[in-house]
Amino acid sequence: MKVIVPVKRVIDANIKVRVRMDGSGVELNNVKMSMNPFCEIAVEESIRFKEAGKADEIIVVAAGPQQSQETLRNGLAMGADRGILIQTDVDLEPLAIAKLLKAVVEREQPGIVLMGKQAVDNDNNQTGQMLSAMLNWSLGTFVSKIEVEDDGFNVVREVDGGLETVRLSRPSVITVDLRLNEPRYASLPNIMKARRKEIEVLTPDDLGIDVTPRVTVLEVTEPPARNAGVRVQSAEELIDKLKNEAKVL
Amino acid sequence: MSVLVLIEHDNSEVKASTLNTVTAATQLGSDVHGLVVGNDCAEVASAAAKISGISKILSVDSSEYKFGLVENVAPVVKDIASGYSHVLAPASTFGKNLLPRVAAMLDVQQVSDISEIVSEDTFIRPIYAGNALARVRSTDSVKLITVRTTTFDAAIEDSGSSAPVEELSAMGDEQLSSFVKHDLTRSERPELTTANIVISGGRGMQSGENFIMLERIADKLGAAVGASRAAVDAGYVPNDYQVGQTGKVVAPDLYMAVGISGAIQHLAGMKDSKVIVAINKDEEAPIFQVADIGWVADLFTAIPELESALD
Repeated sequence: MKVIVPVKRVIDANIKVRVRMDGSGVELNNVKMSMNPFCEIAVEESIRFKEAGKADEIIVVAAGPQQSQETLRNGLAMGADRGILIQTDVDLEPLAIAKLLKAVVEREQPGIVLMGKQAVDNDNNQTGQMLSAMLNWSLGTFVSKIEVEDDGFNVVREVDGGLETVRLSRPSVITVDLRLNEPRYASLPNIMKARRKEIEVLTPDDLGIDVTPRVTVLEVTEPPARNAGVRVQSAEELIDKLKNEAKVL
Repeated sequence: MSVLVLIEHDNSEVKASTLNTVTAATQLGSDVHGLVVGNDCAEVASAAAKISGISKILSVDSSEYKFGLVENVAPVVKDIASGYSHVLAPASTFGKNLLPRVAAMLDVQQVSDISEIVSEDTFIRPIYAGNALARVRSTDSVKLITVRTTTFDAAIEDSGSSAPVEELSAMGDEQLSSFVKHDLTRSERPELTTANIVISGGRGMQSGENFIMLERIADKLGAAVGASRAAVDAGYVPNDYQVGQTGKVVAPDLYMAVGISGAIQHLAGMKDSKVIVAINKDEEAPIFQVADIGWVADLFTAIPELESALD
């Protein structure tokens, strides 16, 4: 089985983002960028498939600026076999990314597209669902466990009320949640080896996809700040404040 | 033009998230319809018809919709969506799972998790775990939107009158997926996302057994119990307790964070709470920077003290 894992380059999840003074967005210059944490979990799972003999090739795919090559190299160093970069400086929306991925899927014919449930930059949580619709494939979202079978996948989904197990026919798009696995760090030899792995560079035009945005970002602002309040020393003092000042008890 | 709300339910009850979504819909148009897709769900349709602001319910009742499998439900929504200016769903796992699948079928760029409606095409939504707010304008002719339920009031559940219910025909089983089982958390306490008081524990709780301390306080206050990602990852409590960027978003009158350090991903899920209380033995913990009331104390002495003080 061939596995496609889309990966996104985002501001590192441990960095506190700063909103640009002119309201045009968040500051991306001189900020540490990393692979979206959910994408890392998807890459890790695909490697475990391969180690278990359930996958024979892993292709990591990124769509974005030239620097997304670093994100692909990171996936290759973890253990993916080759990379595809769909290079563009357009700020891509989920719908456009799903269309680009569909074109790659049609060419590569994987048995599964394994991807993060959301990217921690725009928090859209859409791309996997959209791709599944465009391909008319089965869809498993927010997945914390995957069993690979000959003609399908049994997946456990983290839903609002608890857990749900569904069986998905193959091929399938599966979006992964935090508790699926703990991603590995790439070892130095593997980082060196990844430099020699192939990355194919395409453009949206090569794939015949129009990526013009449909949603215009008019302004990005700071949310209202919360300030630290008072300190208390005892339970009585806490209850008194909650009852008589905050009036929430 | 009319606005369509996708009714979240479990074939017997309308979920509370629907009520907040209806309120958002009424800010966009006066003619708000609700769509119920399920199986043996007549009670849901008649309950939804009573929600204040709903002028019509469309109902599709057939066995292929029993478990809400998205591959079967999405074509139903897609089929009727073009008759509406907006299609809204709550930004719960129900709406997040379903609506983007519909959006792609309609070639629409969905707007996720809106916290405010500026005009019929302009919305505010949090990005970067709520560390920035984006004001965005959609250019699609039908707008598909998921709604952050904590920022819209709940519509009145029983308006005293009933909107008409229209039955639509089912569209068949796509046979792409099948339901296996549910492992749902049963609790007598209020639902996390609608509770007026939430008490959450973090890694500092040290074990699942220790959460009983929080449950006892929750029961005294009529509160829901939540958790940080760290506590869920450590297996102290089930996944549906998680509050944060990728878990549930809550905005109760009172949020008590116990043994939670306050990572930005956790703050994203609770910082719109009216009053935040933090109990943590580390006085440098970032949670104190957003807490209205902070108590630097070992939770294993503070929580029992709080419990007896509440008697």
